[in-house]
Amino acid sequence: MNDIKQKKNFNIILYLEQFIDRFKLPLAVSSAVLLLIFPHLLTNQYILTIVVKVGIYIILALGLNILTGYVGLVSLGHAGFVAIGAYTASLLATRLGLGFFLSMLCGMICAGIAGILLGLPTLRLSGTYLSIVTLGFGEIIKTIAMNWDSVTNGTLGVKNIPSPSIFGLKLTIANGGFYYLMLVMLLIVTLFCYVTYKSRTGRAFLAIKTDEMAGIMMGINVTYYKVLAFVLSACICASAGALYASLIGYIDPNTFTFDVSTMILSIVILGGMGTIRGMFIGSIILITFPELSRSLMDYRFVVYGLILVLMMRFRPQGLLGWKSQMPYKLSKSITRKLEQARSDKQENLSQ
Amino acid sequence: MIGQQIFNGLTLGMAYALIAVGYSLVFGILRLVNFSHGSVYAFGAHAALLFVGMKLGIFPAILMSLIFTGVLGILIDKTALEPLRKKKSMPIASLITTIGISNIIQNMLTATFGSQKKAFPALFDFGVISVGKLQISWTQICMCIISLMLMLVLVLLVHKTKIGLAMRACEQNPKAASMMGINVNFIISFTFFLGGVSAAIAGALISGYYQIVYPNMGYMAGLKAFAAAVLGGIGSLPGALIGGLLVGVSESMAATFLGSTYRDCMAFIILIIVLIVRPNGLFGKKGITKV
Repeated sequence: MNDIKQKKNFNIILYLEQFIDRFKLPLAVSSAVLLLIFPHLLTNQYILTIVVKVGIYIILALGLNILTGYVGLVSLGHAGFVAIGAYTASLLATRLGLGFFLSMLCGMICAGIAGILLGLPTLRLSGTYLSIVTLGFGEIIKTIAMNWDSVTNGTLGVKNIPSPSIFGLKLTIANGGFYYLMLVMLLIVTLFCYVTYKSRTGRAFLAIKTDEMAGIMMGINVTYYKVLAFVLSACICASAGALYASLIGYIDPNTFTFDVSTMILSIVILGGMGTIRGMFIGSIILITFPELSRSLMDYRFVVYGLILVLMMRFRPQGLLGWKSQMPYKLSKSITRKLEQARSDKQENLSQ
Repeated sequence: MIGQQIFNGLTLGMAYALIAVGYSLVFGILRLVNFSHGSVYAFGAHAALLFVGMKLGIFPAILMSLIFTGVLGILIDKTALEPLRKKKSMPIASLITTIGISNIIQNMLTATFGSQKKAFPALFDFGVISVGKLQISWTQICMCIISLMLMLVLVLLVHKTKIGLAMRACEQNPKAASMMGINVNFIISFTFFLGGVSAAIAGALISGYYQIVYPNMGYMAGLKAFAAAVLGGIGSLPGALIGGLLVGVSESMAATFLGSTYRDCMAFIILIIVLIVRPNGLFGKKGITKV
């Protein structure tokens, strides 16, 4: 019996997990070193730009993942939040001359307020209807950006967005500074997502995703947590939007179409909803794919659709969406307490 | 001026209603918003363009495009949605699948026809009638008449025929319907066929009206039609008609009073207000949440 069980468990994923677990430290150190010296290894700015773009999309996917992966609300209008972040940040930077970080913060606040506004309909709507409202939201933001000429400069867009600078040092692609900025932001967002997921809030999110009704019965304030998820998600996406705007240096309303929303959703689904590792793999595949497959011409965009359809059909949990088969690890204090209790029990028995 | 705009809006609304019917039919049975419907409509218009270009004569060409688009609808159901139903996967999965399909169809159209706008021959170009200050073209009149007739046919089909009875049975309770000997999967495919056909008719009519065809045409039109379906109460055929007309009229009103750039925004504003104030729409039945 035990033998069969072991054989069943011996699959490649478990093996991989054990491997990673055993060499945790060297792997982490080597990948960190690789990431840090990456801009010095290659002088090709084109590749570095794509890498930064991948990083930005990872942040976007992590943002949507809070909403779609943790709470189970599918949003089709996240391009709207990205647009709010990008427009607010770049307008503040170009018109008022604010620094990058301050204007990014303002963009995040604006997007957060929009997130509250968009989150409120969740009181009454669920499932598909909610997705439609988010889709409408994205379109309305785009239309506003297109028509509010005096502020957003209409279809002409915002030009000459300055690149971020720290203490007078300009962070550009050329000197690799932008790459490090992206890396730091990615690290912060990833840690934030991890902490949120492991916290009380994360458990409440999961409860809502699994069974909303049961969650209400358990005393979870569903409305609060849904709106919170919208706000967090909006803020993260807005920060990525601000980063994107200063990377490209130019934005117009057509930068933030429905395709962007679909793209972010595709990344989340391909990688695996509700996982953090999946977002990395998803963006690496989906952002580098069009660059690698220029020979496919127009057909390469068909592939995005195919990915969505095939993933839903054969692997709805995503590429990296498996449940860990490693034994659950308890923290040291709990292990000690357990051992204490066990020895106490044995003593009691022997007496 | 206002009368003219109202009439223009009504004409457009009729065509929206035809697209909205496709959403309503599918939603009634599957409780699924079929995001691919907009691109099915674009496919219908392109198929009509292709067959018209083959010099078959305009009406056989449109008939061919209807059949092709209907078959596309069946294909979507059989290849992508039926396996999901069999697996009993979550509703979000089918929603995302339809988004994927819409992406595929739209980009295939772009890849084969090119993304530029192509001229479409005018249908029913018999001149213009003036009633007082109103300028009504024959194209508009024919659009209204054809759309109304098709709506009537659809209502009769759903309420008077045997297959319509089966459709309504599936809508109420698919499991019980299949116990009564109804082939539920066939009925669903048939519904997709009907949706495809009505979308193709709408596609041909609207392209004939604007005399222009392009691959992304389905995106906006599909969303507006969806707004119309929700406004009227999704799942109800008269609701789709009323909703379509309301969206069409409000759109042309917005174009006159707010400027043409805000036109596309109208449908969404209506949609969001309806969803927040009255999610079941004007004619929709109230859903009951069971625990």
